[in-house]
Amino acid sequence: MLRPSIDSPTAYAPRSVSAWGRMPDLLSRIATERSDGAFRRLFEEFGPQIRHYMMRHGADSATAEELAQETLLAVWRKAAQYSAAKGTPATWMFSIARNLRIDRLRREVCWQELSDDVAEGTPSEDAPPEATASERQRQARVQAVLSALPEDQREAVTLAFIEGLSHGAIAARLSLPLGTVKSRLRLAYQKVRAALEDLK
Amino acid sequence: MTTIRHHPDSATLMSFAAGALAEPLAAVCSVHVSMCAQCRGELRDMELVGATLLGTTDTIGGRVGAPVKPHEAQSRVDQGSFSSGTASKLPAPLARKYGLTIDQIPWKRLAPGVWQHRLALSPNAQGELYFIRLAPGCPLPLHGHTGAELTVVLTGAFTDASGEFRRGDMQDIDKIEHQPVGDREEGCICLVAAEGPYLLKG
Repeated sequence: MLRPSIDSPTAYAPRSVSAWGRMPDLLSRIATERSDGAFRRLFEEFGPQIRHYMMRHGADSATAEELAQETLLAVWRKAAQYSAAKGTPATWMFSIARNLRIDRLRREVCWQELSDDVAEGTPSEDAPPEATASERQRQARVQAVLSALPEDQREAVTLAFIEGLSHGAIAARLSLPLGTVKSRLRLAYQKVRAALEDLK
Repeated sequence: MTTIRHHPDSATLMSFAAGALAEPLAAVCSVHVSMCAQCRGELRDMELVGATLLGTTDTIGGRVGAPVKPHEAQSRVDQGSFSSGTASKLPAPLARKYGLTIDQIPWKRLAPGVWQHRLALSPNAQGELYFIRLAPGCPLPLHGHTGAELTVVLTGAFTDASGEFRRGDMQDIDKIEHQPVGDREEGCICLVAAEGPYLLKG
């Protein structure tokens, strides 16, 4: 198939509608129907974003395409085992992409476990399944917090999550003291936590 | 299970969620998170930040072609081939990656009452990861750091000027001088990750 070229990394501008908000429906269709339509839809909706994510981490376009396909194939394969108790579907897909990036692009051992693997054998003190009914709401709140973040905090968060830069690398990139970078990340997280508080 | 009182800085946990921590630091975070329900919850919210950022990003380029759909016969989970290591008192992530139990750690003596065992990392990884064992009442030499140092307690406890750290507690420090002392009755075994070399004091 043709691989469209991606010219240069673009600025991360918020979009009004997040395809990821439709992820839960799509995932349940994939799990129950396993239809070709749902399979194609998955690639149309999320493929370009995951490929772009991989390219921001230095993958060439062929590798980025391959890793995007691999991420989505994992979603396809595991859709039936997915349950809302494991976090939002979007979170789950992000974790799969992130872990592949650490493994293939950074070539390091990945210590982040997918949310479905965490704390096996430990009696769960985590949120019971009924507490996750509001996952969609959580996602909407986080999206609202992120678009309202002051530019300096948004930049630090984006460099960490989208470019995978360490505190030290962000500090060097922005010519800031390390402590400033950490406090921006902390402040951003405090806002996220505050916005999710009553949904716990 | 004891209550965990010391947690990572949320900036550290954010980087862990982002996949932006160096390998040894991520290892210590992973062990703490496997023992701490509170941090597991926070981590999930932070991963939601990543998912949301990814999903609200404009991308250039056309669609990603779907490869041939896998046969249902291939739909088995392709990971988790290690057992959870119930015989081991090491937390699951460590037991899975290194296949060790606490009794099998091949300690090397560093000083009276102080032992260490370095863990192998990927060739690309920056920093160091090791177990440290302090005999009851024994101190590590006073030292400083050139970067972040993360410690998670696996057994026993240690104390330094900032407080007492017990099983599951994580210490997250940066360029600070300190002198941990093993608990007077139990000593301790910890997993430690250091970003840069140590600065030993006289």
